[in-house]
Amino acid sequence: MRKTIGLAALAAALACGGANAQQVNVKIGVLSDMSSLYADIGGPGSVVAAKMAIADFTKDHPNVKVDLISGDHQNKPDVGSQIANQWYDVEKVDMIIDVPNSGVALAVSEVAKQKNKIFIVSGAAASTLTGPKCNANTVHWTYDTWMLANGTGKAMVKTGGDTWFFLTADYAFGHALEADTIAVVEKNGGKVLGKVRVPLNTNDFSSFLLQAQASKAKVIGLANAGGDTINSIKQAAEFGIVKGGQSLAGLLVFSSDVNALGLQTAQGLALTETWYWDMNDTNRAWTKRWHAAGAAAGKFPTMIHAGVYAGILHYLKAVTALKSAADGKAVVDKMKEMPTDDPLFGKGSVRVDGRVIHPAYLFEVKKPSDSKYPGDFYKVRATIPADEAFRPLKEGGCPLVSG
Amino acid sequence: MFEIFGIPSTALFGQLLIGLINGSFYALLSLGLAVIFGMLNIINFSHGAQYMMGAFAAYLLLQYSDIGYWPALIVAPVLVGITGVIVERLFLQWLYKLDHLYGLLLTFGLALIIEGVARNHFGSAGMPYTVPESLQGGRNLGFMFLPNYRAWVIVASLAICFVTWFVIERTRLGAYLRAATENPSLVRAFGINVPRMITLTYGFGVALAAFAGVMAAPIYNVSPQMGSELIIVVFAVVVIGGMGSILGAIVTGFGLGVIEGLTKVFFPEASNTVIFVIMAIVLLVRPAGLFGRGS
Repeated sequence: MRKTIGLAALAAALACGGANAQQVNVKIGVLSDMSSLYADIGGPGSVVAAKMAIADFTKDHPNVKVDLISGDHQNKPDVGSQIANQWYDVEKVDMIIDVPNSGVALAVSEVAKQKNKIFIVSGAAASTLTGPKCNANTVHWTYDTWMLANGTGKAMVKTGGDTWFFLTADYAFGHALEADTIAVVEKNGGKVLGKVRVPLNTNDFSSFLLQAQASKAKVIGLANAGGDTINSIKQAAEFGIVKGGQSLAGLLVFSSDVNALGLQTAQGLALTETWYWDMNDTNRAWTKRWHAAGAAAGKFPTMIHAGVYAGILHYLKAVTALKSAADGKAVVDKMKEMPTDDPLFGKGSVRVDGRVIHPAYLFEVKKPSDSKYPGDFYKVRATIPADEAFRPLKEGGCPLVSG
Repeated sequence: MFEIFGIPSTALFGQLLIGLINGSFYALLSLGLAVIFGMLNIINFSHGAQYMMGAFAAYLLLQYSDIGYWPALIVAPVLVGITGVIVERLFLQWLYKLDHLYGLLLTFGLALIIEGVARNHFGSAGMPYTVPESLQGGRNLGFMFLPNYRAWVIVASLAICFVTWFVIERTRLGAYLRAATENPSLVRAFGINVPRMITLTYGFGVALAAFAGVMAAPIYNVSPQMGSELIIVVFAVVVIGGMGSILGAIVTGFGLGVIEGLTKVFFPEASNTVIFVIMAIVLLVRPAGLFGRGS
């Protein structure tokens, strides 16, 4: 008797299930630098952006259930790949996103390929991720070193900065940014007078700035990010580098760095980003929601946070179309098939090599007198259209690109 | 103008001067550590966090009370020194009779808490703090451009280091302190308030760290992790100099700053690790450190 009732109940449940849309279960992991020099450009702010993306998507798609976990890679590739392995295997994470550190990103990209899961890079910059080290499971959102070199680098060479000296962070990101910028400088008729490799997380740049001063290069290229860039610029002001006639090229500067430097020190810096919170009403509204969703009050979202939001939305669209998140390569192929159209980055697409294409903008940091409210940092100098902003498909050396 | 190992002499002298300046930060911080270890036998792992507190105190004083750099040089160390006194009274005084490890663990835990709270509140990018008006700019020495602020750093550190060394090694108060460390009960029998001396000594060591923090604020990024980046190097400096030796900490601090500066010229990728290589060598040859008295 009990068995019959049980079977009947089971049949009823199955029948009900068939009538509704099929439930899709997805688990996403935000892997970022939560405690060190990149924690403000990614970090907890990325987790907030992820929560917003999931909330916005599941509101319109109630049959999709998304779980979110987060972790700290501490800027160490071994820690990052160990977390990635554990997440993909034990925690059953389908997609890892963010990772602001190119060394860690390269490691996690390998893990994603081995396990046929997905890795969406929002935080890291090295263009090698869509070049020689590309694979079918990795999508590179937001920005990369080639875009930075061709945005800021080209702009500086064209305005007379034809001799360069590089201060480079001594790991994957710094090397990639230095190589891409050197290519741009030399292609536009400039010369590289010297370079020095500085360990990551260096406090004091005075010795290296001294070498840069002695080289008499017109432009000192800072191929570093986060706390390293802040220290370099602060100390360059101290040593009178700009007063002495040399200019500083901050090759990767975020609005959080400008916040930490103060407009007095940072004014006039030229930089390239793909998203700025104060550029239009949509971005401003999103920033308000970002603060309301739990981000720290005095901070402003960076393009990396925007990339986490947009990347998750596009990923979930692909998963919903395929009705399953299980096959990483299939979902990435779907992401490449569908054009990206999200409120933050506008219209773009995911290329064969995993590179996401959208417009970039050349900004200049405002003078203190021009800044009307907290966070009013940039003015737009130029817009670089999507098809010019990123490295041409054939030049990357990615094995996935045929011909 | 002649060349040494392929580097022009002018560039080399510039780097040596920079090395001396960095060395003055190492000397100040390792002095505080050496005082605390020499007098109290506590390995103060929260020294880096207290250095960071000094820098943040300077920032907050400027932000909320309009107290500029010069008064902050005195006010911030006093404030942070008071927190040091509270920590000593509440936690450290129970640990003196125990193994060194307990003091290390406690102060390490404190450091993590302080850093975490700061990062939670301020974020990790850092807060702006500019060089005070009177010290801005610099002079061209011929072989390099020396910012006035950096010159001030060397002068101030040398002065503080000398005063501290003099007080501890050459005055009666210093003699009491050193005696109290060697034989507290005997010194107490003479009517000297040993616990209060010890508390104030810890407070003084912490204040030294905070003073270094205020000096660092205009030139280094004022961020919650500024202390943890520096403290590992400072510990290496103290170990090389000899854990209890005041003179050792000062001399080694300046010396290692110069060596690190030279490494940055000839082999910059190793500038992070050269101090630890030296520490390993010194520990193999002279385990008590260069100036240490040995246990």
